[in-house]
Amino acid sequence: MSDILNTVPGMPSADSLERSEVKPENHRSEFDVEINGTVGKPFVDNAKMSSRNCNVFYGDKQAIFDVDLDIGNNEILAMIGPSGCGKSTYLRVLNRMNDTIPICRVEGEHTLDGEDIYGKKTDPVLLRARVGMVFQKPNPFPKSIYDNVAYGARLHGLASNRSELDDLVEASLIKAGLFKEVKDDLQKPGTGLSGGQQQRLCIARAIAVDPEVILMDEPTSALDPIATATIEELMDELKSKYTIAIVTHSMQQAARVSQRTAYFHLGKLVEVNETDKVFTNPEHQLTENYITGRFG
Amino acid sequence: MSNSTDIIRAGLKKRYAREKRFRFFGIVSLLISFAFLLVLLFTIVNKGWPAFQQTYVKLDVELSEDLLKVNKDSDEDALYSANYSKVVKKSLQKMFPGVKGRKQKRALKNIVSNSAAYDIRDKVIENPDLLGTTQSYWFLAKDDIDVFMKGKIDRHLPEDERRIKDYQFVWIDKLIEEDRLEKRFNTVLFSNGDSREPEQSGLKGAIMGSLYTMLVTLLLSFPIAVAAAAYLEEFAPQNNKWVDMIEININNLAAVPSIVFGLLGLAIYINYFGVPRSTPLIGGLVLTLMTLPTIIIASRAAIKSVPPSIKEAAVGLGASKVQVLFQHTLPLAMPGILTGTIIGMAQALGETAPLLMIGMVAFVAEVPNGILDPATVMPVQIYLWSDSPERAFTERTSAAIMVLLAFLVAMNLIAILLRKKFERRW
Repeated sequence: MSDILNTVPGMPSADSLERSEVKPENHRSEFDVEINGTVGKPFVDNAKMSSRNCNVFYGDKQAIFDVDLDIGNNEILAMIGPSGCGKSTYLRVLNRMNDTIPICRVEGEHTLDGEDIYGKKTDPVLLRARVGMVFQKPNPFPKSIYDNVAYGARLHGLASNRSELDDLVEASLIKAGLFKEVKDDLQKPGTGLSGGQQQRLCIARAIAVDPEVILMDEPTSALDPIATATIEELMDELKSKYTIAIVTHSMQQAARVSQRTAYFHLGKLVEVNETDKVFTNPEHQLTENYITGRFG
Repeated sequence: MSNSTDIIRAGLKKRYAREKRFRFFGIVSLLISFAFLLVLLFTIVNKGWPAFQQTYVKLDVELSEDLLKVNKDSDEDALYSANYSKVVKKSLQKMFPGVKGRKQKRALKNIVSNSAAYDIRDKVIENPDLLGTTQSYWFLAKDDIDVFMKGKIDRHLPEDERRIKDYQFVWIDKLIEEDRLEKRFNTVLFSNGDSREPEQSGLKGAIMGSLYTMLVTLLLSFPIAVAAAAYLEEFAPQNNKWVDMIEININNLAAVPSIVFGLLGLAIYINYFGVPRSTPLIGGLVLTLMTLPTIIIASRAAIKSVPPSIKEAAVGLGASKVQVLFQHTLPLAMPGILTGTIIGMAQALGETAPLLMIGMVAFVAEVPNGILDPATVMPVQIYLWSDSPERAFTERTSAAIMVLLAFLVAMNLIAILLRKKFERRW
């Protein structure tokens, strides 16, 4: 899956795409295509999480319009689209991270295993333990590597004694592919690691809580191609156990790691299909314009 | 060469000149402030350092049982109330026989401080066997002798223009000749409370009063201010007019003249709640009011500067708001909060005006033993001493300022150390 050749310098990487994504004015005609509902297959049979009529507002401004989307069990769903299209906002709907923004309002039905995640009975703390998150910028706590990974487990009381916690930390670091590099330095600060290692540490920290779903918000945008390749390999291994939703600016990355791809545009979900289909034979004109680089 | 290059080149000289001018002004203002600081420190140290020395007089005291009207078998009460100043007077008279007249006799007695009698009393009570023997002791010299020994009285002035008269110089010269006058380190300054007698007055009461007051201030203002700051930053609803009003008021409180807080303390704490006046408790309560806005503003700034990514990471792992606050936000904001606290405490330590209103300006000779004992604080002590007519209080005023400055420097040092300890990079 993770073809290192695609990420070496010279090839269009996440960075260069990011730099070129602004200025849609130059491509007015390609950009102004009407969106009439979502095309493709937004629904799956074995949905782990699903949203119906998702609308998100920041104060008076609407950020997401009527999104219907399922995330299948043990699949990697990639979300792509130009900046400000609402993909990160949508991702944060799924574990109620938007709760921390006072002016943000979320509407619609959102379920995890059929349970309403915005219901009165749902505890956001429990939800976030089940739906973990990895952020764009690696954000380890200013603590030791061990304490970083053990944080969630301690928070939720997942380990009853020290040796259990040790095992959990080790297992999480192994799953995140970081153990070999740090096994002798567990007490060193997590912030002293390289960017790629920090991001894997954050993944280990998320895994340690044993979530069912992992949300990744541009997890490799701050990393170099080699670290990116490592993380992508890791995601491929993780999907056997977890359901993953990833927001990315790199279409190559979406093509490499995901089974299904959702294309967002100006807060609307334009197209959802199998990744191969999106990148070889997109149904919607906007999707085609975007992936062929006519804008964005 | 293009036209714009010429224009830029033409302007360069002017630009550099402006830069030079600015740098010059910067250096000049630095030098001026440095000079002022030096002058201030020099005057204080120059005036204050003699106060760290004190003149002592050696007297041979005959502890006559007849004169004291007690003997070895007397009980402690009798020993306590015996008139020991008589034996001091007697020993002076013996050393300088033939002093005539009330004025001269009084002057003779005033070679040693009246604390000499208490010193003898304590020694006798400790060891009654001393009665009937003759002992030589070092006593505190009276302030005039002390001032002269420190070279502050010019004996060549006309007699009516100086505190020490010619006949007194005869005695002093004799004492010096017999090595009975000696300057030692002034332990009294740190072991006694305030006194009307300059040579007996010390800073211990003020230091303890300041410590107790600061303790009350710290214990009250730190938790209240941090809680207020944390609530306003992390929990209070945004864009709520009540919250806005509270914010504006806190910011305004920081600019309220401190004497107003004193009046408030007088009206509310003393008159309404009946808190005892002149105590470190009421002082701490009033200074808390004054310190709160400073610490709140500093703490809010520190809490605001904690990277949101760290808080987000914790929330994303399922930490509750309070857990995020106590496990991440506050520890990371702690260096800033502590700096604000120390600044506020230093301000409170040097404050006089509000304390005048609540009775802490009273003359308190006893060293306070708790937050409910009458006390005074160091800046008030400085104010009181600076107001006293005795010559010897001038140097003690400067010495007290030096001690206060030492306290401030120590507090800042603690702040720096704590900052270093809590500071973490992310």
